[in-house]
Formats: sequence, structure tokens, C-alpha cells
Amino acid sequence: MQLKTRKFINKLFSGIGITSVVIMTAFLLILLTPITYKGLGAIFFSGTIEYRMLNYKEFGHGDKENIEKEFAKAKTARAPVYLQFDSFKKEVKKLEPKKRREIKNQLKEIKEALKELLGPFPDTPIPVLLRNQYGQTRWKNAQEKLHHVLYSEEWDYSDPTKPGIQVFVPRKKYFAGTSFESFFPYLEKNIKKMLLPKFTCYWQFLTDKSKDAHFFGGIMPEILGTIYLALGAMIFAVPLGILAAIYLSEYANPGKIISFLRICMGALAGVPSIVFGLFGLAFFINTIHVSNSKSVLAGSMTLALLILPTVIRSAEEAIKAVPNTYREASLGLGAGKWHSVWTIVLPSALPGILTGTIISLGRAAGETAPIIFTAAVSVGLPLKIWETLSQPTPALSWNIYNLCTEHEAVDEIRHVQYGMVFVLIAIVLLFNLTAIIARARIMKKLRG
Amino acid sequence: MPDTNLIIEEKDAHIKAEDFSVFYGNNEAVKKVNMRIPKGKVTAIIGPSGCGKSTYLRAINRMNDLIPICRADGAMMFDKQDIYASNIDVVSLRQRVGMVFQKPNPFPKSIFDNVAYGPRLLGIKKKAELSEIVEHSLKKSAIWDEVKDRLKENALCMSGGQQQRLCIARALAVQPEILLMDEPTSALDPKATTKIEDLIGELCGDYTIIIVTHNMQQAARVSDFTAFMYEGILIEFGITKNLFEKPREKQTEDYITGRFG
Ligand SMILES: Nc1ncnc2c1ncn2[C@@H]1O[C@H](COP(=O)(O)OP(=O)(O)OP(=O)(O)O)[C@@H](O)[C@H]1O
Ligand SMILES: [Mg+2]
Repeated sequence: MQLKTRKFINKLFSGIGITSVVIMTAFLLILLTPITYKGLGAIFFSGTIEYRMLNYKEFGHGDKENIEKEFAKAKTARAPVYLQFDSFKKEVKKLEPKKRREIKNQLKEIKEALKELLGPFPDTPIPVLLRNQYGQTRWKNAQEKLHHVLYSEEWDYSDPTKPGIQVFVPRKKYFAGTSFESFFPYLEKNIKKMLLPKFTCYWQFLTDKSKDAHFFGGIMPEILGTIYLALGAMIFAVPLGILAAIYLSEYANPGKIISFLRICMGALAGVPSIVFGLFGLAFFINTIHVSNSKSVLAGSMTLALLILPTVIRSAEEAIKAVPNTYREASLGLGAGKWHSVWTIVLPSALPGILTGTIISLGRAAGETAPIIFTAAVSVGLPLKIWETLSQPTPALSWNIYNLCTEHEAVDEIRHVQYGMVFVLIAIVLLFNLTAIIARARIMKKLRG
Repeated sequence: MPDTNLIIEEKDAHIKAEDFSVFYGNNEAVKKVNMRIPKGKVTAIIGPSGCGKSTYLRAINRMNDLIPICRADGAMMFDKQDIYASNIDVVSLRQRVGMVFQKPNPFPKSIFDNVAYGPRLLGIKKKAELSEIVEHSLKKSAIWDEVKDRLKENALCMSGGQQQRLCIARALAVQPEILLMDEPTSALDPKATTKIEDLIGELCGDYTIIIVTHNMQQAARVSDFTAFMYEGILIEFGITKNLFEKPREKQTEDYITGRFG
């Protein structure tokens, strides 16, 4: 081949290589930017006085005096709204029946929307559900609810050839000529005074438990559950995997049985994770009864099975990469086989083993299917260490899925979901970072 | 016919190979060797590549056991005991027969830990005792002055020649009786080589040293006795001076004069 062609091919290859790296980085950024942005929305947002009140009453965050002062101010601003309701009631009775029915309907809708916006009406019994006890805690959601109060959602079928079109009709229209007409502009103009939105940093999102099925509060139980499950899986998988790898690479005589074992391991690595979940339920819980029902313990064991092939494979590669001269040197000094493995081979293989382990750790933290049947519940309290032996736990991966499929008001708690996704990614990255640092340190120690 | 190679008297022999063969599968790499290696002397083994020098050397501390297809036949007597007998403890054998390899292979640990590895195996735990052994061994292998201030540093930071001397110190630290060296200087420059050769000269007497080398000047310089092997067979064994000046065998002469195919 000519020098020119060779040079051209070299350039071509490095060009393709750089391009693919750039594309991958771009994808990563495209993925991470919105996740970070939206995820941080769970912590940094514009919160209303309702939020501050709730956070004080339910979690004890914030300064009582200040909040009460603020709340009193908001109450004053809200008073005319309720007053108007009361005075209008008498007026309604005087209207002609047809108009009255229409207006009554509207009033009912307005009342419901107003309850969601500002919380229950004064001097009414306290609702049972926490979510009904307060108005909107987030300014962004409050604006949507305000829209509900101000506009009624209607369908326009005037053109029979086309499907109906959704239109928003100002409710004010229905009240033209009545005293209630002024209710709408007043609300719109003074809503900020009624809710007092303020920039908020709710870092306790990470340390609070959830209230009322994730409507309020944080995701501590989920974070803790994920960490328990991932570390639990490590506790089972890493020692077992390393032992297996040592056996396979240092002790086993190559032969049919070992090849067969290897094939099995390869197959195990390819089994869909939901099957692991079912197996975990059938074996760990129903057969050997590690716990009476779902538990972190059973979930960790199931996850451990899932990542075991990866751990073994990577540990084996790492052990095989240790130069044979090390083994010869230590055996030559009169070390027994096990001693030489323990003092020389394993330490030298540690960086490699760590890499594989961390990849698995990330996987264990993110897996959903294996824990559905074995460990995960939708809502729960943060567990104490010893409770993990018998109690199920919420976990980030499962709850991200669960919130958007099972939750009754997905749209109102989107921020919780985004927050969970963000935190999950952060946890995995954090695990990785720790490992990278640990590996670098060990490498430095080994290389000098 | 009396074997002309058995010039060492039985009582002076430290190692005795009796009809000793080594096989890799069906390939006989060492063929019925009879050799007596004198105690406290330096014995060199020379011969063309692939003739079985390393295999023979590694047989003396049973390093070949690590190769699954490798098996030995005949007897290798060490202090009146066949080291291939079933009641032999390989671990303690290897403590008595140390080995230095062709490529310096220090552990990825500190210099101190490298030398202390063997003594720790023997159960020595006290820091003071270990320090003493380490210092003694490093002094014996003529590297103490170069490393005494950096015992905590990683051994892989040293030069190749230093690493090889460290490996010798590491082998000496378990106080072996025999030191096997397989081309210990082939990866080193002439200066480092000279240092190792000087070291061998200093160590002989205390230890029985067996060295495999491709460098005939080296064999002539450092050894008292020399063995010439060819295709697994021990062709000639004799006092180094005699072997190089008046070899008995034609093959030996061809090899040392470089007239070899
Ligand atoms: N691990 C092994 N498996 C199979 N055969 C081997 C192995 N090691 C060596 N042999 C064979 O045994 C014979 C002797 O090898 P050996 O390494 O002892 O030679 P050597 O004299 O040390 O050569 P060199 O001077 O190149 O080091 C060679 O034919 C070689 O192919
Ligand atoms: Mg060799």
C-alpha cells in the first residue's frame, strides 16, 4: 500500500472515531440536560404560602412566626373572595330558573377549582386527605388551577364536518350583569397576594419521607431503599463472584465441566431481568423463606443473582490479566497457592475487579423488574438497617415507573418523578465516581 | 561405562539428578540426565535455545508443577531425599530452593514488603526482626545503599537492574540453601549485568548457585562448573575452565566456538 493511501486511511479512521465520540457525548448531554433541569425543579421552585404552611405543619421546617404572619396576610387578601361567594348566594335565588341552573353549575365548578387553588373554604370541616387540606403549594401548578377558576373548558361542535374543538370560555361571561362579575378580575389581580409565591430551595426533598402518596414531602425512603438494595446485592454478589472467579481462573482444570459452567454463566447473563424477579419470588420468598413476604433481603439476593455473571466475568478477566511472573515469584518463595492468590494476585487484580463491580452496582441500583416481586412497594417509611431483613421498601427505579402508571394525579406530581430520575442518576454516578477514585488510588499504589 | 559427567563425589553433591527426565505431554524436554551439582559452588548450564535448560532448572524447585501437562521421571535427590517423592512438602522445598527469574518480577508492593514477603510467610511478624532481615538481605544483594532511604517506595519504580537485585534479595530473605537463576541478566544492560555477576561471586560459598545463561563469557566468568545441554541431553559437565579450554565432546566444542548450526 502506498504511503499516501495509508495516511488517508489513518485519517479516515480517526475522523470516524472522533465523530462517534462526539455524537455519543452529544446524546449524553441531550439526555442529561433536561433530566438535570427538570429534576432540580423538585428542589428549586417557586413555592406558595400553602407550601410553607404545609412544610411547617407536617415536617416542622421553617420559622413558625414568619409563616403565620405571612399566612395572616394571605388570608386578608383572600377574604373578599369568600365574601363575594357568600353575598352572591342570596342574589342567585332571585334569578330566573334557567339562568339559575346554568349559574349554579358554574358556581359549583368554580368552588371546586377554588378549593384546589386556595385550600378548603374557611369555616368548613377539615378534609380527610392531606392533599385537600391545602391549596396549591407550587406557583406553577397554582397558575394552572387559576386558569380552571377563570375559564371553563367547553367543546365547540359548531362545524359538524369536523371533530369538536376544545375551547376555554371565560366564566365571567356567564356572570355578566351580576355582582359576581367582579370576582374574576379581583382573583386574577390579587392571586399573588393570596399565595405569596417565593423562590424556594426544598433540599429536604432528599431527606423527607413522602406524605399522602407523594403529593407532598420528599423521597428519602426511595433513596434509602435503592441504596440498601444496591449495596445488599453487592454484599452477596461480590464475595461470591470473586471466589468463583478465583476458582475458575486459578484452580479449575480446564475441561468439559468448566466449559459447561461458563456457557451456563453466559446464558444467565442473558436471562431477562423480569425472570430473575419471578425466580426470586418463587425461590427466595416462597421456597426458602428468607422473609415472609417481599423484603430488601430477598430483593438484594435476586439482584445479586442478576449481576453475578458480570461480576464473575470481570473479576476473572482481571485475575487473568495479572502477570504470571507474580504467581511464579510468590510460589517460588514458598507461598501456598491460596496465600499467593490472596496476597499477590487479588491485590493486583483489584482495580479490574472494582471496575466490573461498579458497573454492576449501577445496574443493581437501576434495575426495576427483579424487585417488583421481591422487594418494592409504592409507599413506605425509611427503613432501619435491621428492618431490611424483613421489610419491603420503596425504591427509586420502581417508583419512577409506579408513579406514572398507578398514581391518581400524575400531572400534579411530575416534579417528584423528575426528582427521582435525577437522584437515581446522581446516585449511580456517585457510585461510579467513588469507584473511579478508589481505583485510581489503588493503581497508584500498585504502580508506584 | 562410567558416566564421565559424574566428576563430583557423592558426598560433595548438593543436588543429584538420577536418570531424570521431564516431559511436556509426550515431548521429552529433559532426557535421562545424570548430574551432581556441588554444594557451595556456582554451576552454569549452557546450551542452545530450547535444549531444556529452563525446564531442568525449574524442575529443581518443582516450578514445573504449575504446568499441568508437565511431568517428571527418575529421581532428583536433594539432601538424600527425592524431591519428587510423594511425601515432599513443595512449599518448604521452595523455601529451601530459591529462584530468580529471567525478567525481574518484583511484586507491585513497596521495596520493604517485597523482601519481607518470604519471611512473613515463615511466620515472622515482628517489625524489628523483619527490618533486620530486610536490611541484611538487601545488603547481601548489594543494593542496600541505593534503596535504604526509600524502602517504602513501590518496587516497580526502580530500574531493571535494581529490580533484579531486589528479586535476589527477596529470594535470599528466606535463607535458601540453593539459588536457581534463569538467565538473570538477559534483560539488563552491561553495567547492571556486572553488578549481578559480582554479586554471584560474593554469594557463592554460602549458597549453591545454579545459573542458566546464554552468555558464554558470563558462564566462564562466574561459574566453577559448567554443564552443556543439547536437545534435552546433558552432553558434558565439568570444571568450567576445562570445559571451555579442552571440551571432551565435539558438540561442546562446536557450541562454545560458535560453530553451531
Ligand atoms: N510450558 C510448556 N509447554 C510445553 N512445552 C514446553 C513448555 N515450556 C517449554 N517447552 C518445551 O520444552 C523444551 C525445552 O524448553 P526450555 O524452556 O526448557 O528451553 P531452554 O533451554 O530454557 O530455552 P531458552 O534458552 O530459549 O530459554 C522446548 O522444546 C519447549 O518447546
Ligand atoms: Mg529458558
